[in-house]
Amino acid sequence: MLFEHAKMLKALAAVGEIVGRKKLQKMIYIAKKMNFPFYEKFDFHFYGPYSEELTLRIEELCNVGFVQEMREKKGGYYQYRYALTEAGEQFLTHYNLDMPDLDVCLRSLNEQSARFLELVSTILYFEDLSKDEVKEKVFTLKSKQRYTEEEIEEAYRYIEQLREQAYIKS
Amino acid sequence: MYPNEKLSEEKVFKDPVHRYVHVRDKVIWDLIGTKEFQRLRRIKQLGTTYLTFHGAEHSRFNHSLGVYEIVRRIVDDVFAGRADWDENERLLCLCAALLHDLGHGPFSHSFEKVFHLDHEQFTRAIILGDTEVNAVLRRVSLDFPKKVAEVIAKTYENKLVVSLISSQIDADRMDYLLRDAYYTGVSYGHFDMERILRVMRPREEQVVIKRSGMHAVEDYIMSRYQMYWQVYFHPVTRSAEVILTKILHRAKHLYLTGYTFQTPPVHFQSLFHGHAQLEDYLKLDEAVTLFYFQQWQEERDAILSDLCRRFMNRNLFKYVEFQPTNEEMKKLMELTTLFKKAGIDPDYYLVVDSSSDLPYDFYRPGEEEERLPIYLLMPSGELRELSRESTIVDAISGKRRTDHKLYFPQDFLDDLSTKRNVKKKIKQLLYE
Repeated sequence: MLFEHAKMLKALAAVGEIVGRKKLQKMIYIAKKMNFPFYEKFDFHFYGPYSEELTLRIEELCNVGFVQEMREKKGGYYQYRYALTEAGEQFLTHYNLDMPDLDVCLRSLNEQSARFLELVSTILYFEDLSKDEVKEKVFTLKSKQRYTEEEIEEAYRYIEQLREQAYIKS
Repeated sequence: MYPNEKLSEEKVFKDPVHRYVHVRDKVIWDLIGTKEFQRLRRIKQLGTTYLTFHGAEHSRFNHSLGVYEIVRRIVDDVFAGRADWDENERLLCLCAALLHDLGHGPFSHSFEKVFHLDHEQFTRAIILGDTEVNAVLRRVSLDFPKKVAEVIAKTYENKLVVSLISSQIDADRMDYLLRDAYYTGVSYGHFDMERILRVMRPREEQVVIKRSGMHAVEDYIMSRYQMYWQVYFHPVTRSAEVILTKILHRAKHLYLTGYTFQTPPVHFQSLFHGHAQLEDYLKLDEAVTLFYFQQWQEERDAILSDLCRRFMNRNLFKYVEFQPTNEEMKKLMELTTLFKKAGIDPDYYLVVDSSSDLPYDFYRPGEEEERLPIYLLMPSGELRELSRESTIVDAISGKRRTDHKLYFPQDFLDDLSTKRNVKKKIKQLLYE
């Protein structure tokens, strides 16, 4: 019961703070693709994989005071920072969630930029396609982001690294 | 040429929401006749809502035709001849609109949650697989099935086409709001769709709305908001969903632990094993599912038979409001212990249901590149996000209401012939 909420708090506890809604979405999506047990449903939106269910879950956690959402103006839009509150930490004690591998994965993801995670998550979304087809998708669907061949290669290397970590630790 | 082939006479479907659904394209007519599309007649649009609003028996078939009709009106009556609109995309839009829900299964939401399925993957599999739908689409062109699947998956390169079927003001939402309002019989949910269609304009990336149509869009957003809380999130419907979900969990558990069913779950086996095959999935509709529930009322397993009786006879769980604060969580732990003491398995009979467990979403202004918002086309040609112009929309898209409820079988607790004191204590905790 409320196990999925607890997992989300656990994710925040692992990294301390996540800056940006996009980053939060992409981190959970990528962790899910690395076979960590997140069950929020994602589908493809203009900015890559997005889960309305995840957005709602975070809102619920904010509304009950387990997650603090801080809004700050950045350029033409607002940016949001998310952190676990003391009440959230206390809530987590009701659950036995020991996921050290997840912590490692999320910390690594949190060190990346939102732009890079958008690319990584897009590649993972199309992982059933060949590499050339994936590149074509990135160049057409993400034309405004102007990703380069080098960035795409870097993203593939990063995915490989995440998979190795997940594999070694499991 | 098949892609442009027209029927010798236009076919019309009488429809209570749009009055008539018009079909002139041979491709559309052929798609409607496929067995995969006809299957949608046996899947209700609103799942368990009929247990709350008895009129809500309409199917995904009705809705799919409705979405098709809205898109047809947009592309034929509003977009035709306008800059930014590519007439070559017309048939693709119509097919994607018609087929967008093709992969939905019975009581989709509960099935997806329990078995970790994704109906969109099944939609894709039906469109691209060895199916009658695929055969029709392939007659248009070899790459046409792939294009249709991409539009539905929102990964097609022409974003304007995608936005007609899937955006914050799309044909899918407009049809289901009007249709669900009509069939449930509620008075909210209505808005002036004709007006919205008239003020839609194609732009490179998405459909935008002329500023003069803002009030019609406000009405649409308000309808959406009210339908969510009054119909989609209705606590009684959620109770039925909770029971349905628990039936599926119980049946899976029994199957995987070697229980011998009187009516073995033949149609569910691949789902229980976690590798649902398309062929099996397509055989599973709501008639088949309800057949099992009907039969399982007689099973020896007390939990499965009880849950099925509850679902079939609408003897649903009651609920209390629940805020998962730390204090309430302690109470929940205590209730869990007391349920066990009372001989009522809390895994099946004490359930917290949250608004995030439900599949419907609210309008979001799209801050920080989450999702594309609704844009108004100002007289100057500038685009402005809706909530920045409309105080009504701004008010309801700010801090959003969320909701949790705790469900339980009141009748079990009222039966004081056994464990009287424990049950009294449970009721005290629930209602204090």
